[in-house]
Amino acid sequence: MSATSRTETVAMLTKLTREMRATILEMITQAASGHPGGSLSAIDFIAALFTTRLKHDPKNPSWVDRDRFILSKGHAVPALYVTLAHQGYFDAKLLPTLRQLGSPLQGHPVNRFMTACEAPTGSLGQGLSVAQGIALAGKLDGKSYKTFCLMGDGEIQEGQVWEAAMSAAKFKLDNLVAIVDWNGGQIDGSITEVMPSLEPVVAKFEAFGWDVKEIDGHDFNAILDAIAWADGAGDKPKCIVSRTVKGKGVSFVEHPTKYHGAALSKDELAKALAELKEAK
Amino acid sequence: MSTIKPIATRQAFGEALAAIGATHPEVVVLDADLSKSTKSELFAKKFPERFIQMGIAEQNMLGVAAGLGLSGKIPFACSFACFIAGRFETIKISVAYAGSPVRIVGTHAGVGIGEDGYSQMGLEDIGLMRVLPEMVVLQPADDVETAAMVRWLVEESKAPAYLRLTRQNVRRVHAEGWTWTPGKMDVLREGTDVAIIASGGPVMNALDAAEELAKSGLSVAVANLSSIKPLDAAGIEALSRKVKLIVTVEDHNVLTGAGSAVAEVVASLKGAHARVHRHGVMDTFGESGTPESLYDKHRLDAKGIAAVVREQLAD
Ligand SMILES: Cc1ncc(C[n+]2csc(CCOP(=O)(O)OP(=O)(O)O)c2C)c(N)n1
Repeated sequence: MSATSRTETVAMLTKLTREMRATILEMITQAASGHPGGSLSAIDFIAALFTTRLKHDPKNPSWVDRDRFILSKGHAVPALYVTLAHQGYFDAKLLPTLRQLGSPLQGHPVNRFMTACEAPTGSLGQGLSVAQGIALAGKLDGKSYKTFCLMGDGEIQEGQVWEAAMSAAKFKLDNLVAIVDWNGGQIDGSITEVMPSLEPVVAKFEAFGWDVKEIDGHDFNAILDAIAWADGAGDKPKCIVSRTVKGKGVSFVEHPTKYHGAALSKDELAKALAELKEAK
Repeated sequence: MSTIKPIATRQAFGEALAAIGATHPEVVVLDADLSKSTKSELFAKKFPERFIQMGIAEQNMLGVAAGLGLSGKIPFACSFACFIAGRFETIKISVAYAGSPVRIVGTHAGVGIGEDGYSQMGLEDIGLMRVLPEMVVLQPADDVETAAMVRWLVEESKAPAYLRLTRQNVRRVHAEGWTWTPGKMDVLREGTDVAIIASGGPVMNALDAAEELAKSGLSVAVANLSSIKPLDAAGIEALSRKVKLIVTVEDHNVLTGAGSAVAEVVASLKGAHARVHRHGVMDTFGESGTPESLYDKHRLDAKGIAAVVREQLAD
């Protein structure tokens, strides 16, 4: 990326993610179930990663040398599906079939329904281990692909995440990048209410042997810098703690719990779409 | 009876737990960030000091519950059935082998949860829980049965136990004045040709299927198998002597579930007895869809159950 194109890239992403937010909310309302909050907090990072960084081939989703992306907090899958459709993995006409019987757009990512999902997620806490196995295979085979794994801040309360954190450092997996979408919310409350001792999260990953970078996860300059940083030198696995807002982009959806797993009503959707249209 | 509003057994559970908490200070409730869904929040609101929020860490929750149970508490540890099943070995050692009276509550049983898809569906949990020695495995069919089980788990039983509950609303299948007898299968409808032994959410559909089959002259008994362990072997035997076909129905993998428990009993019987056909989720993964479309696909609605019975009679 040349220096001049950074401004253009940020402008492109700003516009794109605004449209994607609208589509995500439409899909969830159409399905009358799903998870708006965690999809909207993660979309900026996912869209930026796919459009600017991942080496992949939508026409050949099982290309052996592709970079991998695992959405470990699988309930945010609408954010992945809009991105995959935008990248050309499937026809965007399929997006409204989310969660319907027979649709490849399952309620949580499933690789047997869609290869680009890479693994089934939705049971929180499993993605980082699978990502690690993929990264380890890359090392064993002398391949240069990278594996990215995005988790929720609630999700990393699972013990398995910390088992994975421990062993990834042992295996010096510099080809593994974890992203924690720290939006401060889960279901029964905010992270501060449910599990305050999860902080300091940066120090925890560092203590487990990772290089850690903390960013504003809605600032595309910061996201692009962090993605470049993760490609930098060093033999440690990399963790990006992305500080975000649950429900980001629509004023009344921005809340740590309210729209975790509740679809917007038709009226709410209309309000949200109007707001997104006006946004700059 | 038709005036009674159908409610989910998880809702009945939450209400019963919140009620019994008042007279039983030794009851403590743990949840792993799903209290709004498991309905343990009804207890949490009334007794915040005895509600233990463990965060999204089910394995730790079950271990902590085991320790509480070993120290004089009656712990209810709640999550979705699928996430409970995922922590099997912790349950095997820290709960069952330890003999800790943990009341493990798994809600959102089966394909009946709908749109979330297979990762959120408990379809293997009955099999995993009933394979553990001394473990009590209960699956109520309606609200009154759920409440009776909660009371029994607090006031009578001391064994480690698993309670499997629905996300979806279910109709009351028990008549006014009915009382639950622990360990007994209850016959909801008499019949002499076929017996449907159902468990959990599909029990009400089995009753409707029997009604439907009666129109074509078939006499169909319906039994509610809510105590999967301990199992009412005598009750199952009695039914199997009376009819020529038993069809078991459940929202669980047809391998290892309530139907397998029935078949295990009948297979050992000497003399003439009914053939057993097990019906449920036929050893496939679940998927996304509305609860109704999935019950249609897996033939767990009344129409589907009636069709399965007809097929089995024709064979
Ligand atoms: C093992 C497991 N336990 C519980 C759940 C139910 N669940 C789904 S989403 C969620 C909260 C997730 O919080 P977080 O990871 O912070 O996601 P976000 O806030 O970004 O949506 C829970 C508890 C699950 N999917 N998997």
